[in-house]
Amino acid sequence: MDLIGLLAFNVLTGVATLVLITLGLGVIYGMMRVINLAHGEFMMLGAYTAVTAHQAGVNIWIAMLVLPPLLVGLVGLMLERTLIRFLYGRIIDTMLATWGVSLGLTGLMATIFGNVVRAVPTPVGSFAIGGYGASLYGVVVVVAAVAGLAGMLALLRYTKFGLILRATMQNPNMAAALGVSPPTIYMAAFALGSALAGLAGGILAPISGVSPGMGAAYIARAFITVLGGGPAIITGTGLASSVFGVINQLVSFETTPVIGDVALLAAAILMIRILPQGITGRFLRRSL
Amino acid sequence: MRIPANSLVSGWGGFIAMVAAGLVLMFSLPQLLDLFGIVQMTVFVAMAMFALSQGFLWGYGGIMSFGQAAFFGIGGYAYAVSVINLGESTTPVLIAILAPMIFAALLGYFMFYGRISDAYVGVITLTVSVILFELVNSTSGNEYHIGSAQLGGFNGMPGVPPLNFPGDASSPLEPEQTWYAAMGSLILVYVLLRGILASRFGRVVVAIRENETRAMLLGYDPRLYKLLTFIIAAGIAGLGGCLFTNWGGFISPTVFGLTMSAQVIIYVLVGGLGTLLGPILGAVLIQYLMIQAGSQNVVDPNLGLGVVLVAFVLLVPQGIVPMLRDKLLPVRKPAPQNAPAGKAVEAGR
Repeated sequence: MDLIGLLAFNVLTGVATLVLITLGLGVIYGMMRVINLAHGEFMMLGAYTAVTAHQAGVNIWIAMLVLPPLLVGLVGLMLERTLIRFLYGRIIDTMLATWGVSLGLTGLMATIFGNVVRAVPTPVGSFAIGGYGASLYGVVVVVAAVAGLAGMLALLRYTKFGLILRATMQNPNMAAALGVSPPTIYMAAFALGSALAGLAGGILAPISGVSPGMGAAYIARAFITVLGGGPAIITGTGLASSVFGVINQLVSFETTPVIGDVALLAAAILMIRILPQGITGRFLRRSL
Repeated sequence: MRIPANSLVSGWGGFIAMVAAGLVLMFSLPQLLDLFGIVQMTVFVAMAMFALSQGFLWGYGGIMSFGQAAFFGIGGYAYAVSVINLGESTTPVLIAILAPMIFAALLGYFMFYGRISDAYVGVITLTVSVILFELVNSTSGNEYHIGSAQLGGFNGMPGVPPLNFPGDASSPLEPEQTWYAAMGSLILVYVLLRGILASRFGRVVVAIRENETRAMLLGYDPRLYKLLTFIIAAGIAGLGGCLFTNWGGFISPTVFGLTMSAQVIIYVLVGGLGTLLGPILGAVLIQYLMIQAGSQNVVDPNLGLGVVLVAFVLLVPQGIVPMLRDKLLPVRKPAPQNAPAGKAVEAGR
């Protein structure tokens, strides 16, 4: 019974991690159709922000939750202005250019900080599930993921900005005719997605080593989850994260984490064969 | 004319000139360079083979693989594992070509018969190379072995036996002979690809790249043609991986890494998309520059790769070879009256 409790907790944490790393990409890829291969590096920047700020004596919670989204959002904004906005509608070129950015950021951070793994201490302790100890930080991750999903849902559904954002993504010309400036909205959306990636990096910094190459570990999972989720980014991200997270954690529990990752990716490839449009391409089409 | 003759690198004259130039290089370089230079050129050729695979798949098949390193790596590992087990290199070379092709057939079936869009193909191939990297990376320890070959995890497999004369395990090739083998197979693959492109099959592949719906309406099954293109490209990448392993007698999981897949895309992009010469020249040029850049320790090489990639996407998206071709041969004769109108599109690539 205790073991089942622990396993359930791990599954929940795994699902929440997937939600966090995918949410930003959901905005940038799911809504804007920009395949941002530098997503993992945005997370890496967020994690480095957390590490550096913590070392500089900033309160750990501010260093993890506030600074990374601000800084990475700003980086995303600058990148959109200087590079991405020239490439809208050219999918392959966008992929190549953002891959260039990804390599460039990895190289830049390796040049500045060196190719070493850094760490942030976990700010909370552990608790007991029966006879087993579990890290309380898992709860933080779960709460952050739920808050992220709820926040995005509220933003898109109940605010004027959310309405304009969705309208512009659906039909930029019509939005422009009604007095919205689509380039500004695209810029804001890209910055929002980048900020969410930065937040994910900040939150995951204590449980994953922080190194210049850490982004590569997330990019594949994030993309596969967005693809699996389909067009409705919030429902899709939630559902796909749940499916893949459960598979990943259960297989990891039975074998090793590496085999767990392999199972996740294999399941995703199979699912794309069955549901090419993702889960919400077939079911729950009217959801958000 | 089956192939537009108005461009230097795609006409018959150009083809013969290319093969002749390749043969001249093959036999003259050992006279011109010292041993170190020849060994260096051999790895350039291995990477050029890899670039040719990506160039064929992307430039002619219109399939964007972001994880071509998967097949390069599978080829390399297949060679290493089988040559250690068999002790003789003829069959292992064949295995190094066939293993990636079989893997590509499986993966390609799911991708192309799932009718997923081009961008998803990129993402899935990327994912697969990441899986392979993680998988092979985790095989350290004595319990991970295939036959008598230890996989070695992150440390890779050292001491892979070199190529030997076919059927004679006791006479391994000297570095100079390895060069002949590598360059010879590059020329062979080039000729093979030109043959494929001139054949009916190749023209359907290009037609699908140009307009998939139209090709489908004419009765061709794009899924099958894409799958076959994907498989051929995987075999070429595998041969490149085999040559690469053979060059250093060593292979490690970094061959599956993202840097590897990025590099080959940069070779093709810099050299020129939609040509076969471009990827080869791009591979040699970029590697030469990387070696020059690698001798300094100030900046991480990834930074340079990234900057080159972004710069080419924004500024020279067509690549060096097509740019030079257009510069050197600026005036095109108008197409003859009886030529089908669609030909002009192909000639423009």
